[in-house]
Amino acid sequence: MIKDIKPLEFEKSIFQIEAKIEELKALSGETGIDLSDQIETLTVQAKEFKEELYSSLTPSQKIQIARHPNRPNFTDYISLLANDWVELHGDRAGTDDRAIIGGVACIDGHSAVVVGTQKGKNTKENLKCNFGMPQPEGYRKALRLFYHAERFGLPIITLIDTPGAYPGIKAEQTGQGVAIATNLREMAKLTVPIIAVITGEGCSGGALGLGVANKVFMLEHAYYTVISPEGCASILWRSPEHTSTAAEALKITATDLMKFDIVDGVIKEPLGGAHYDPEYTAKQLKETIINCINIFSTKGKEFIKNSRYDKFRNMGVFVE
Amino acid sequence: MSLRDWFSQRVKKNLDSTKVESRMSCDDLSKLWTKCYNCNASLPSKDLEKNLFICPKCDYHFRIDARTRVEQFLDENTFDEINSGMLPSDPLEFIDTVSYKVRQKKAKVQSSLNDAVITGIGQIKGYKTAVAVMDFAYMGGSMGSVVGEKITRLIEEGVRRHIPIVVITSSGGARMQESALSLMQMAKTSCAIARANEAGVLYMTVLAEPTFGGVTASYGTLGDIIIAEQGARIGFAGRRVIEQTIRQKLPANFQTAEYLLKYGQVDLVSHRKDLKNTVAKLIRIHSCKNNCKIEIQEEVAVND
Repeated sequence: MIKDIKPLEFEKSIFQIEAKIEELKALSGETGIDLSDQIETLTVQAKEFKEELYSSLTPSQKIQIARHPNRPNFTDYISLLANDWVELHGDRAGTDDRAIIGGVACIDGHSAVVVGTQKGKNTKENLKCNFGMPQPEGYRKALRLFYHAERFGLPIITLIDTPGAYPGIKAEQTGQGVAIATNLREMAKLTVPIIAVITGEGCSGGALGLGVANKVFMLEHAYYTVISPEGCASILWRSPEHTSTAAEALKITATDLMKFDIVDGVIKEPLGGAHYDPEYTAKQLKETIINCINIFSTKGKEFIKNSRYDKFRNMGVFVE
Repeated sequence: MSLRDWFSQRVKKNLDSTKVESRMSCDDLSKLWTKCYNCNASLPSKDLEKNLFICPKCDYHFRIDARTRVEQFLDENTFDEINSGMLPSDPLEFIDTVSYKVRQKKAKVQSSLNDAVITGIGQIKGYKTAVAVMDFAYMGGSMGSVVGEKITRLIEEGVRRHIPIVVITSSGGARMQESALSLMQMAKTSCAIARANEAGVLYMTVLAEPTFGGVTASYGTLGDIIIAEQGARIGFAGRRVIEQTIRQKLPANFQTAEYLLKYGQVDLVSHRKDLKNTVAKLIRIHSCKNNCKIEIQEEVAVND
């Protein structure tokens, strides 16, 4: 375990066992008593317990992991994924929203435009990037970078981790709704492949505004939903106490969404979540992305555009 | 049964039936009058209906159901509804305080509709148009799979026939009971509009009271021309959510049609009485191009 990671409520027992193991190791070192058998047994038990715990997480527990303050953010992934990266700023209309970061990158020899939402790891960072909640200007910056990708035939990779588009006065005045809507429509027109990955929180239109992609993936403990479980509970149950019930009802996990063909694949996280081994997570992420880029590199523009259209055209369940 | 018992039962029955009658007439009486939500004036319901459900005293625009809107907005008996039999499903088996299935049943009774939108082909001053009208009475006009699919099919039909498309919205946003499937309807409808754009088909939206959330953030604001109905509240985030986030009270006119016009978010604000004329004029200007001037003059002459 990494020392500076704070345990979540449901992880406390694991931390205790691991602390015990460390204690035994220290004791054995100090006194010279051979405790390797006990340490070995405890380590095996701890591992089994962890595997059991993390493979049967409730939606609410997954949300806690997805929102973990130590979870890798956009800049972490970029530094781990890209050999070369140049950030491109601004919406060309007066603003550089720090909640959305974009630029051009080279990933294992493949050039691409990468755009994503940015979260901070502490209050100072979060104030700068508005806790990962973009303003309309952020979506417009993303769009101008998508057009850039189209002009140069570069694939687009979006990394999504947002509690939603920002609900504020100015955001309404400058058109939060139309900014997102325009991205949905314009992404449908692009002829370069788009690969979207929900890396943490995928909340509502704020997430979808970067998510009209040919392939949509989710990290194992990420979630994707029409409304935050808190918001849903306060509207439908009229009480925030029902948040975990709402989280269950909304079917927000990667495995649930695979069933509805909303998500194309799940990217494995290390035991405990991406923050326990960002390098491992980024490696899995990179493999998935490169694989997709290779597949689409053999396809024509029309196929790329039409197959994306067909993918979203078929979404929805109704009776006729 | 003694004669006395028989008689007393008869009297009781009569009393019961008069009770029912008097209650019914009370209901009828209340239906005859409607109170304006804005100025509290008591208005004769018939007058209100004749006035397109606009308060004659204060000009408040009442929310209207989809069928009434079709009657007001389209030429008489020109509406051919399509996909009217499409029904919502319950893919998530969603249950909150009430199950989604029960909510669907209640909504159907309340609105006399199968879901929150009706779509079809009709005429606006003789112009054949693909029209969708949302109805707030069905689960707050929320957008789930049925709404998304019907709007998408309507847009596709408009593109196929190369006729203008008009969508009149009235919705609280995406339907929570279908979660991510509702969210994906935003993408689906927007993708269909992309094709309308590429085909050069005019797509117009009329944002009526209220239009919020996922509808604002997809087909609502993607109109080549966006018309807001007078007094309508339109926004992305709800007023309460914004107030809670920024911890301050918002001005009364926040998110009204007029407010959005001021901030450049809609092309124009229309009074309900002008709506049909305005939309017809816009269709005419976009459809005739060279001999447009002549036709407008003719139309004015007819109006005079």
